[in-house]
Amino acid sequence: MAQSLAKKINKNLVDVRDLHKDYYTVAGTISVLKQVNFSMDTGDYVAIMGPSGSGKSTFMNILGCLDQPTSGEYALDGNQVAKLSANALAQTRNQTIGFVFQGFNLLSRVNLIDNVALPLVYAGVEKTERQARAKVLLKKVGLELHMQSMPNQISGGQQQRVAIARALINNPRLILADEPTGNLDSSTSEEIMALFSELNQDGISIILVTHETEIAAHASRQVRFLDGRIVQDERSKEITSRLSMEAS
Amino acid sequence: MFSAMLGEAWRAMGANRLRTFLTMLGMVIGVASVVLMMAVGQGAQESVKQSINAMGSNLFIVLSGSFTAGGVRSGSGNSSTLTVVDANAISELDGVANVAPISTGGGQAVFGSNNWSTTITGTTPAYLNIRSWELEDGFVFSASDMRSATRVALVGKTVVDNIFGDIDPIGKTIRIKQNPFIVLGVLKSKGQSLDGRDQDDTIVIPLTTAQRKILGNQFAGSVRQIIVQATTPEMMPMVEQNINALLHQRHKIRDGADSDFFVRNLTAVANSAAETTRTMSLLLGAIASVSLLVGGIGIMNIMLVSVTERTREIGIRMAIGARERDILLQFLLEAIVISVIGCLIGLALGISGAMLVNKLAQAAVVISGNSVLIAFGVAASVGVFFGYYPARKAARLNPIEALRFQ
Ligand SMILES: Nc1ncnc2c1ncn2[C@@H]1O[C@H](COP(=O)(O)OP(=O)(O)OP(=O)(O)O)[C@@H](O)[C@H]1O
Ligand SMILES: [Mg+2]
Repeated sequence: MAQSLAKKINKNLVDVRDLHKDYYTVAGTISVLKQVNFSMDTGDYVAIMGPSGSGKSTFMNILGCLDQPTSGEYALDGNQVAKLSANALAQTRNQTIGFVFQGFNLLSRVNLIDNVALPLVYAGVEKTERQARAKVLLKKVGLELHMQSMPNQISGGQQQRVAIARALINNPRLILADEPTGNLDSSTSEEIMALFSELNQDGISIILVTHETEIAAHASRQVRFLDGRIVQDERSKEITSRLSMEAS
Repeated sequence: MFSAMLGEAWRAMGANRLRTFLTMLGMVIGVASVVLMMAVGQGAQESVKQSINAMGSNLFIVLSGSFTAGGVRSGSGNSSTLTVVDANAISELDGVANVAPISTGGGQAVFGSNNWSTTITGTTPAYLNIRSWELEDGFVFSASDMRSATRVALVGKTVVDNIFGDIDPIGKTIRIKQNPFIVLGVLKSKGQSLDGRDQDDTIVIPLTTAQRKILGNQFAGSVRQIIVQATTPEMMPMVEQNINALLHQRHKIRDGADSDFFVRNLTAVANSAAETTRTMSLLLGAIASVSLLVGGIGIMNIMLVSVTERTREIGIRMAIGARERDILLQFLLEAIVISVIGCLIGLALGISGAMLVNKLAQAAVVISGNSVLIAFGVAASVGVFFGYYPARKAARLNPIEALRFQ
């Protein structure tokens, strides 16, 4: 038991080596990410912090296969992302990763259940199953009474929960959340964070960007960006001890 | 998957109804005008074809031409240089199937208290064969009627309508220029000729009777025209040459002198009329197609706007796993749905328009399954063709740039 758990924990889910990202603008080249090395095991829960403009979102977009690095390597679940075709990238975004945005990014003309079910359309799942699975997830995030509502008829916190349900629908291995509570008040933020903790306990790996230390405290590991570099990377004390206990 | 995408297309169209409607309108007008123009064009072709068939096939008409008497030239058809003997001689030529000499003139037909001014056609029974003109009722006068110049008549439909009304004309006596004629038969309706004359407004009587009793020609045995039918279309050039040669010889016309007759190839005239209507209907179709093209460009225009407007939506879809071809298909489908629905409305409008033209203008229209299929096919391809570029533009978007788009 301990051994299989250890094996699972040690499985390298994300492995980033010597990553660079430059933007070419009229003002010249801006280096947004410089020599970033980062790796993460399956089941881990990482919070990324850092001042505005330090490159957190840029890093998350690359991890989410939405953007490409200028140089460096990124392996997701053992696969070199740079080598994947456009279709394989789309499939990775669909099946392996669930992305949660600060601005929710729901389709405004589509009701909640169809919003949640949308990734299943691209996964080729047929309609009755799509609806059934979306229903289960909307229930999980506490919105079973709003399934036919439109996104503009519910609160921001509720919209973010719909977005999380959508990110979860294909049972992803990794949730990437870029300031998911950035637009929410503190009590709503706590609800969302409780949801993330629950997901992490279910075995889903999470990387979350936040400006707030209280939010970051929910994670088991805190990474700090400054000016495009990782300047700090540490585990929460009690969790580190738990991990080392389990590993031994 | 596909039905989900159709649903998406439907929803996207519903999201901006006015714009969808205006886009569709281009398509609707294009398809409606193609269907209408094709219906009118084909209708015109059809009626010309009917007139040609009604005229008879492989026909020549020999007209008496101008002749010079004491320095005064008369107009063609007014002189009487052609004779029944000419007609008989022509009938001996190779490749000639039928010959009918004709003398015509105006006359008042009277029955009871009704009278009607019509054309009296004096001819032989062969005339009806040549023109494949059948009787609706009764029978044709015979060779013996020809010999003895009996006063019998075949009446056209228009004449029947005007002087008999509901009375059965067969066996009744009508008066033409004071002469009593017994009606032997009623001619089947032939409708309008190529030049728009009512062919049913006539009374056909034996040529001999016409010459002696009605038209009173100054030269006995002369006729106005001779209709000649060749056996086959291939024989026509030869027959025409031979008629010319024969009549030159018979009328003792020296080489280089003016002829006193004309030979006209009616089939060639008919064919050129058919060619003209065909060109006209092609032209109509071409003009209508331009409006279809304009409708297609309208679709492309709106789809391009729509892609720009929905860039963020495209970004979101890509972020949750849409492949390039999913996005391509989505926008393509939207263009196709718009054009196909526009096409259906256009078809309905075009067909009712054609029916209206038929009712109001009394013009023949033909709505063929082909023209409907063509319009439908063209509309669908316009959707694909003009939808493809915007759809591809959407599919090629970079996910992160699409998501950042404000
Ligand atoms: N498309 C772009 N073109 C040019 N520069 C860009 C582009 N996107 C981001 N940048 C620059 O890259 C730097 C990092 O941006 P990024 O969004 O990653 O910061 P962040 O750490 O997420 O900040 P915040 O906490 O405000 O979200 C910024 O200086 C920004 O101006
Ligand atoms: Mg950011």
